[in-house]
Amino acid sequence: MRRATEVEVGEQKAPVIQPGHTYASITEKIGAIVLRRPLTNGWLLGMVICFIILQWFLLAVCYLFYKGVGIWGVNIPIGWGFAIVNFVWWIGIGHAGTLISAILLLLRQSWRNSINRFAEAMTLFAVACAGMFPVFHLGRPWLFYWLFPYPNTMSYWPQFRSPLVWDVFAVTTYLTISLVFWFIGLIPDMASLRDQTSNRFVKIVYGLLCMGWRNSVRHWNRYETAYLLLGGLATPLVLSVHTVVSFDFSIGIVPGWHTTIFPPYFVAGAIYSGFAMVLVLAIPIRKFYGIEDFITMRHLENSAMVMLATGWIVCYGYAFEAFMNWYGGDPYETFLRWNRLHGPYAGFYYALLFTNLVVPQVLWFKRIRTNPLLLFFISLDVLVGMWLERFIIVVVSLTRDFLNSSFGMYYPTQWDWAIFIGTLGFFSACMFLFLRLLPAVSISELKTLLPEAEVTVKHEVEVHT
Amino acid sequence: MRDPRIYGLLAEFDNVNDAIRAARSTYAAGYRKIDAYTPFPVEELSEAIGFEKNGVALVCLIGGLLGGTAAFVLQWWINNISYPLNVGGRPFNSWPSFIIVTFEMTILFSGLSAVFGMLALNGLPMPYHPVFNVPRFDLASKDRFFLIIFSSDKNYDPTRTRQFLEGLNPISVAEVPS
Repeated sequence: MRRATEVEVGEQKAPVIQPGHTYASITEKIGAIVLRRPLTNGWLLGMVICFIILQWFLLAVCYLFYKGVGIWGVNIPIGWGFAIVNFVWWIGIGHAGTLISAILLLLRQSWRNSINRFAEAMTLFAVACAGMFPVFHLGRPWLFYWLFPYPNTMSYWPQFRSPLVWDVFAVTTYLTISLVFWFIGLIPDMASLRDQTSNRFVKIVYGLLCMGWRNSVRHWNRYETAYLLLGGLATPLVLSVHTVVSFDFSIGIVPGWHTTIFPPYFVAGAIYSGFAMVLVLAIPIRKFYGIEDFITMRHLENSAMVMLATGWIVCYGYAFEAFMNWYGGDPYETFLRWNRLHGPYAGFYYALLFTNLVVPQVLWFKRIRTNPLLLFFISLDVLVGMWLERFIIVVVSLTRDFLNSSFGMYYPTQWDWAIFIGTLGFFSACMFLFLRLLPAVSISELKTLLPEAEVTVKHEVEVHT
Repeated sequence: MRDPRIYGLLAEFDNVNDAIRAARSTYAAGYRKIDAYTPFPVEELSEAIGFEKNGVALVCLIGGLLGGTAAFVLQWWINNISYPLNVGGRPFNSWPSFIIVTFEMTILFSGLSAVFGMLALNGLPMPYHPVFNVPRFDLASKDRFFLIIFSSDKNYDPTRTRQFLEGLNPISVAEVPS
């Protein structure tokens, strides 16, 4: 799998895996996190906090289902509000996981092998959070299956010309493909956990989950083909998902939404926030679980560089939006520009420019890219910035559209915040469970990076008879 | 000649190059019902045991074509036959707006076909397999490479095959009870 023929150990680049590791030490070290590490107070504390937030979330959702979306701050003219802001934000975060596992796989970036597993898990949980919002927003969420085409007694069908229906297909496909991608990546590692443990119950659970994987080279051969094919399929998929999400806006005629820059600008923004989330998770994980040998400075630095690059694409998006507002000459678009800079939400726009464009420029300096603590805070800043971007896009355009008579303001209620913060709790609780129950770094893929995994034997045939 | 209680003979190696060399020799010696077990994928080893082509890509292609066609035909049928909506005289078969769902369904079905096709061709799930009876086989997912000659091979002979495997410098040779 993605054999790294050379593992660079130089002064210029930090290695992707610290020298001195063997097949056995990798297996032991990663397996130990799941199988032998005792329950620590830190993990328990984190899990309890996340679990409490999760309960708060469930409470808010129950009340929402009981009362309806009226408990939110949404009202005409702002029908979308937090639900759509958070949907776009979460699904954007998911993009980095697929980018790391699929696109970097195709580009043979061997450094991805140590961060792809938890990045994929992050994708899965982020897409799960994202997927909840449109369903909550439906008004009658229990009828969500009306979104799918199925023969029904009402003899009606979904409107396939609507971007909202495209979204349903894009997001469910994305969730399903991310899930199987993550799951088949886990199969050999769960087999490894099965083989390592002496606890009969644990052995049976992992044995069932890995479906009796026995490391046969015939199986590996088919597995590799399937994995590569999934990588090839997930690459256009991940680009299409945020493109389709951007169609939700750009197909409409609302000022600030009806623009062709949206698809590339949304995809770049998604990867930007996704890598920020990868760093926010990777920095504490590598520290607290002592896996700095596998998630090295190289990974942090590369992720920071991806953030810097995508940050500039996002910056180009902002500049081009502003240019088209002026060059298009449409009075409503011109007003939108004025409104973003001087309207009631101008403070958010300046905060957006500061968090998304100004602060990340410090990543030009290698000293900052190799400082985990600073990187952690810059990543948090980018996550805030990307959330503000979605808030600006949704709220500023809707509060001031074509007619003065339909101007309004949007104020989120405590229930908006409860559900938003609640999904953060859900996401973190899932991550805590994932770290505890499944190998957070791919064991088998990491082994292919070792120098001893290199095949040196020539293609000669020795005949023994 | 063939003992039905024996599933095969399993030789253990501690590095990938020895395993590849041994597999090539085994194949050259005329054994065909062989397999190898490795902690990570080794392309050269599956070539060495004579297994190069697999059907996963074909399954994936067929799945993708079916998924894409089904999605487009469904949308066409809904909008032209089952539930035609006249919106300002626009054409019923507005195919460009059907492309996105067609694309997504192509990806979904080809991806699922690749995964389930791979599992089916591998014969998984299979929780029990005779090789698990060898205690040292647990190391196949850690740091050891195993080569097996199944007793169903026509050249298999309990003594000569064992001698042959021992001549390949393995760490151990074990009988796999079936």
